[in-house]
Amino acid sequence: MIAQLLFILTLGVFVYLLRKRVLFIRRAIQLGKDTTVSGDRGERIRNMMLVALGQQKMFKRFIPAVLHLFIYVGFLVINLEVLEFIIDGLSGTHRIFAPYLGSFYSVLMNVFEFLAVAVLLACVFFLIRRNVLKVPRFWSAEMTKWPRLDANVILVVEIILMMAILTMNAADQVLQTRDAGYASTGTIFFSSRLMPLLTNLETPALIIIERFAWWFHIAGIFAFAIYVTYSKHLHIFMAFPNTYFAKLEPKGHINNMPVVTNEVKSMLGLADVTSPAAEPGRFGAKDINDLAWTNLMAAYACTECGRCTSECPANLTGKKLSPRKIMMDVRDRMEEVGKSMDAGGPGLNDGKSLLGDYITKEEINACTSCNACVEACPVMINPLEIILEMRRYVAMEESGSPASWNAMFQNVETNFAPWKFSPSDRFNWANEK
Amino acid sequence: MAELAARGETPEVLFWVGCAGSFDDRYKRVTRAFVKILEATGTRFAVLGTEETCTGDPARRAGNEFLFQMQAISNIQVLNGYGIRKIVTACPHCFNTIKNEYPELGGNYEVIHHSTFLQQLIDEGKIKLTDASAFKGKKITYHDSCYLGRANTIYEAPRAVLETLDADLVEMKRCRTTGLCCGAGGAQMFKDAERGNKEINIERTEEALATGANTIAVACPFCMTMMTDGVKNKEREADVKVKDLAELIAEAQGLA
Repeated sequence: MIAQLLFILTLGVFVYLLRKRVLFIRRAIQLGKDTTVSGDRGERIRNMMLVALGQQKMFKRFIPAVLHLFIYVGFLVINLEVLEFIIDGLSGTHRIFAPYLGSFYSVLMNVFEFLAVAVLLACVFFLIRRNVLKVPRFWSAEMTKWPRLDANVILVVEIILMMAILTMNAADQVLQTRDAGYASTGTIFFSSRLMPLLTNLETPALIIIERFAWWFHIAGIFAFAIYVTYSKHLHIFMAFPNTYFAKLEPKGHINNMPVVTNEVKSMLGLADVTSPAAEPGRFGAKDINDLAWTNLMAAYACTECGRCTSECPANLTGKKLSPRKIMMDVRDRMEEVGKSMDAGGPGLNDGKSLLGDYITKEEINACTSCNACVEACPVMINPLEIILEMRRYVAMEESGSPASWNAMFQNVETNFAPWKFSPSDRFNWANEK
Repeated sequence: MAELAARGETPEVLFWVGCAGSFDDRYKRVTRAFVKILEATGTRFAVLGTEETCTGDPARRAGNEFLFQMQAISNIQVLNGYGIRKIVTACPHCFNTIKNEYPELGGNYEVIHHSTFLQQLIDEGKIKLTDASAFKGKKITYHDSCYLGRANTIYEAPRAVLETLDADLVEMKRCRTTGLCCGAGGAQMFKDAERGNKEINIERTEEALATGANTIAVACPFCMTMMTDGVKNKEREADVKVKDLAELIAEAQGLA
């Protein structure tokens, strides 16, 4: 009875904290501008199924893809067991599904454990790749102390949670031999190998171990779920909406600015009387609220894998630009503004901005718009859109583009070509040899 | 085009020459090579001549949306004025802009890059490669243009065109979806690179040279400039040539 009350309390705290954090993130994303989500719904759903659920783009790099798949399938399947945990916790039962499912329960437990071991091994491999082999993309400039720690915390916690499952099942199987009150799970392949370590223990000690492992696992999952919302690991949820809302146009397409179209048309005497009046606001993006909400959501879908940065031509040749850093900066700024709003502070009006305080012009100017980052992202994040919106702000609000670009603008304006040639010479090629 | 329109004729296709194709000495040779192919295949085409202006691509990518739209809307007025339906261009940046960005501003055309156009001419049997054996035993590597490849998923047409030559087509380590940019896209062509430890075109040229190819095939005027500069920087211009697809086909047709 006390255990049940304690469980209800734990569950209540979990739901409260999770809800608070979900609302925080939702508000942060809603700081972004409205954007029309056009295009075929079926195509969007297909993207989500193939890329998020089906992990299609992960498989461009095979070994990490397979390891990642173990963890991913393990996460999806082992969480089915959480359902039993919650029912047992609330009703004070023990392995409530076992009597109903009979020998199939044993099959399920074996599947869960097989995946638990696969997750455990994959996490060990990933820790080695990060910390011993030091895969370069996990150690580049923006991978400061917290992002590196975050990655290791996730992997270590997952290993510990899996070990709790194995310990719990091993203790349970020993208890089944001593007390008929324990529902039979049948032999579970991996944890049964651990039984010899426990058979010498007294029954009360075993009960404590089993209960401790049970509580540790479920409370650990709750705590981890809260942690995930503060971590890069949030990609496990945000990958789904992000792939759904990802751009469907060819990657070379840049979003149109209808406000500008209206102005240009009226300058050229082509004004369309039915077109809406120009909305006030900035041209381009200086801060997060100038970006589309989809861009902001993408920042929460980024798991900092760095595949974008490792294929960015500017980054590869030593420039400061890193598409991953762009996404990390957007999220950091969102968190900063959100926390300030929670504390009754100035929020967006804190005198800081994304461009300037987080991202420099040197970074955005280095982009070749080659789409390598967009192509590389396993969850279809588009850092290029954000870079181009910031360039628009610099060019149109500040006239602060690099001098050679201003000269190019002038050439296009006066000579109708980016170089300083006379427009009357445009057809000369036909008469030359 | 104006002359054709005055005679009341409409062309099969409008050849959009682009600024590089009109003014850059090196790319003017590509323009002339492509025109020779069009003439040899009996394609009825026209050019805008002095009525053509920058599509606005570099302005848009450098952030100057006003200037982009001024260019785009003016160009669309000219194109729509002549009733143009189909456009071919040898510049992937012009191609991308007219194909993907003009429709929202009222310009709807069938836009084809010259790599796809050449492939179609070859498939239709209109291009006869009389001198293709001149390429026998030569190694060619194709450098993917970002604005053709990732931007518009055109990876195979340029390769199909090159395969008709009797040459050995070798791939660089980074190709197709992972092709490395030449460094000129996104208006980088018109300014110096930011501080770093290497120029992007040198990185890419080294990769191209590592294939052992003696011809680096390109399909974009900016890639042409960047790769040519890279080859010069590596002092290999004597044995390695950078050529556009149209030039290679024109050579194989004996038109060069």
